[in-house]
Amino acid sequence: MSEGTLYDKVWDRHKVTTLPTGQDQLFVGLHLVHEVTSPQAFGMLRERDMEVAYPERTHATVDHIVPTDDLDRPFEGAAEEMMSQLEENVREAGIEFSHPGTGDQGIVHVIGPEQGLTQPGMTVVCGDSHTSTHGAFGALAFGIGTSQIRDVLATGTVAMEKKDVRRVRVDGELGEGVEAKDVILEIIRRLGTDGGVGYVYEYAGEAIRNLDMEGRMSICNMSIEGGARAGYVEPDETTYEWLRETDAFEDDPERFEELKPYWESIASDDDAEYDDEVVIDGSALDPVVTWGTTPGQGVGIDDPIPAPEDLPEDKQDTARRAQEHMRVEPGETMAGYPIDVAFLGSCTNARLPDLRRAARVVAGREVHDDVRAMVVPGSQRVKAAAEREGLDEVFREAGFDWRGAGCSMCLGMNPDQLEGDEACASSSNRNFVGRQGSKEGRTVLMNPRMVAAAAIEGEVTDVRDLPETEVKA
Amino acid sequence: MTEDVETVERVTGTGVPVRGNDIDTDQIIPARFLKVVTFDGLGQFVFQDVRFTDDDEPKDHPFNEDRFRDASILVVNANFGCGSSREHAPQALKRWGIDAIVGESFAEIFAGNCLALGVPTVTADQAEIEALQEFVDENPDAEIDVDVDDETVSYGDREIDATVDDAQRRALVEGVWDTTALMKSNAEAVAETAASLPYIEAGAGGDA
Repeated sequence: MSEGTLYDKVWDRHKVTTLPTGQDQLFVGLHLVHEVTSPQAFGMLRERDMEVAYPERTHATVDHIVPTDDLDRPFEGAAEEMMSQLEENVREAGIEFSHPGTGDQGIVHVIGPEQGLTQPGMTVVCGDSHTSTHGAFGALAFGIGTSQIRDVLATGTVAMEKKDVRRVRVDGELGEGVEAKDVILEIIRRLGTDGGVGYVYEYAGEAIRNLDMEGRMSICNMSIEGGARAGYVEPDETTYEWLRETDAFEDDPERFEELKPYWESIASDDDAEYDDEVVIDGSALDPVVTWGTTPGQGVGIDDPIPAPEDLPEDKQDTARRAQEHMRVEPGETMAGYPIDVAFLGSCTNARLPDLRRAARVVAGREVHDDVRAMVVPGSQRVKAAAEREGLDEVFREAGFDWRGAGCSMCLGMNPDQLEGDEACASSSNRNFVGRQGSKEGRTVLMNPRMVAAAAIEGEVTDVRDLPETEVKA
Repeated sequence: MTEDVETVERVTGTGVPVRGNDIDTDQIIPARFLKVVTFDGLGQFVFQDVRFTDDDEPKDHPFNEDRFRDASILVVNANFGCGSSREHAPQALKRWGIDAIVGESFAEIFAGNCLALGVPTVTADQAEIEALQEFVDENPDAEIDVDVDDETVSYGDREIDATVDDAQRRALVEGVWDTTALMKSNAEAVAETAASLPYIEAGAGGDA
């Protein structure tokens, strides 16, 4: 069992007691709520005549179902009912709500960090598997189901079993054009989509340390795609710099100084013990794209798609089905794979630096005639900041649609969906069959600059072959 | 223990095999069916996109076969339930009629969600699972007995060693998987833990 890791320390600080099941009851420092997984939980609370125990530790937004073009109410169909339920639930409970009218609305895993709600050494939960994102700040953050949301609403706590800790060390410097997204796709490729089951991942090493907070969020975000319910990066100066400028501390530097010793204290000890360690040479990575229908089916842009029979036996059937669905052949590379849609968005890759990097690829070029391309900023704040820099103009001039904030085409719950067998170059996190709204749809996961390159060329393209243009703010 | 506590020591019923690794929750219940504010009625949409064509014509899928219609034990392969945290997935399975799932391995959030509904997720090794799937295929009317407490799965004249996660086993056997009331009763200790955390401002607190 691990000892002296950030995970152990944060766990111990939040442990209330051990339950008869052997699970620990953990205090929840931040509970994020969205419209899809919470209405049933609020309903269960009402049935039991219970109230929300810690509304001040709870924050809500709306992201999955919101249209990204027209926010006029009522929303279409069931989306309106979900929205009004959420409005009623947060009003009754006194929960703060970043709704579209506030200018603070966005994908729950974008707004938590940007408002400074997410802080090091906290426990963060949300009825959403990508809650692991918040681990980028040295928080212990994990997704929960609706019955657990009920528990957290009613008690401010959650019942959990402690997991093992695997340190994933990414050494060296990432090469030109290689991003956080490529690192996490490579980690999942190597360790498998279920390699992290039973583990929490601590991401460490030079390549991780050198990432900005947005890059760390991209990595922690997809921990769940590798089976790990939570992943984290230890807080450091990069973390503190980010926090200093959030709503939480911008006008309260004293509070920042008060909390900093705590944040420093929860970092893993130098002699911490881990249950497992994996080392990856970050300097050897190329941009990674997926060829299949699980996030573990990735390949370097210059490398051949593997033959199913060369994979471990338990991966062969899935690979065969995936190659049939995607219409790819072993031995080919993904470069040149024609695409119909380019989606730049999602809780993985729709933060300001993601958009900036993609804009440098797009500037002065045009979206390919056969491609519909869209940029969906992760939050209203990201959108506003990007517009102040003129990024919207860069994207629009090239032929991208410039949308409002939301989950959008990451999943088929809002009007943005693939149609028929369209192939999509996507900066999102899941290439499952049907994920983007069409069961014949084909998703190729990649980093945001690669999405930009694919939009321009009309096919999966090594972005390193496209010279960049400086975009002036 | 009081009389009205529901426990799940064993689940007995006929089986239905769903083969394949990495069956994600988007396959179990596609996202468009999440546009609801209750879980009622989800049962009919379980596996919708792998069960039906766009024109609602049934496809080749065990959940469409008459012989499995009354099944209550689902037999799956590795990493079942990966992906999204949607509790709608186990809710849909349960509402279709599934009371226990036996497989090679399960994604964590999915297994936790099943537990919250009192549905055991029992694991056994690959060869045992494949043999069980074959048996169920050939004997759709045969009874399968999932013993949560003893960690065994019995069918025909075979009994296989299975594994039930410790906390899950205790929760099911002792009937304490619905932890809300229990955790609520610790409200005072919760408030103390909260007060000990540097990031919780003094004076803040729950309704303890």
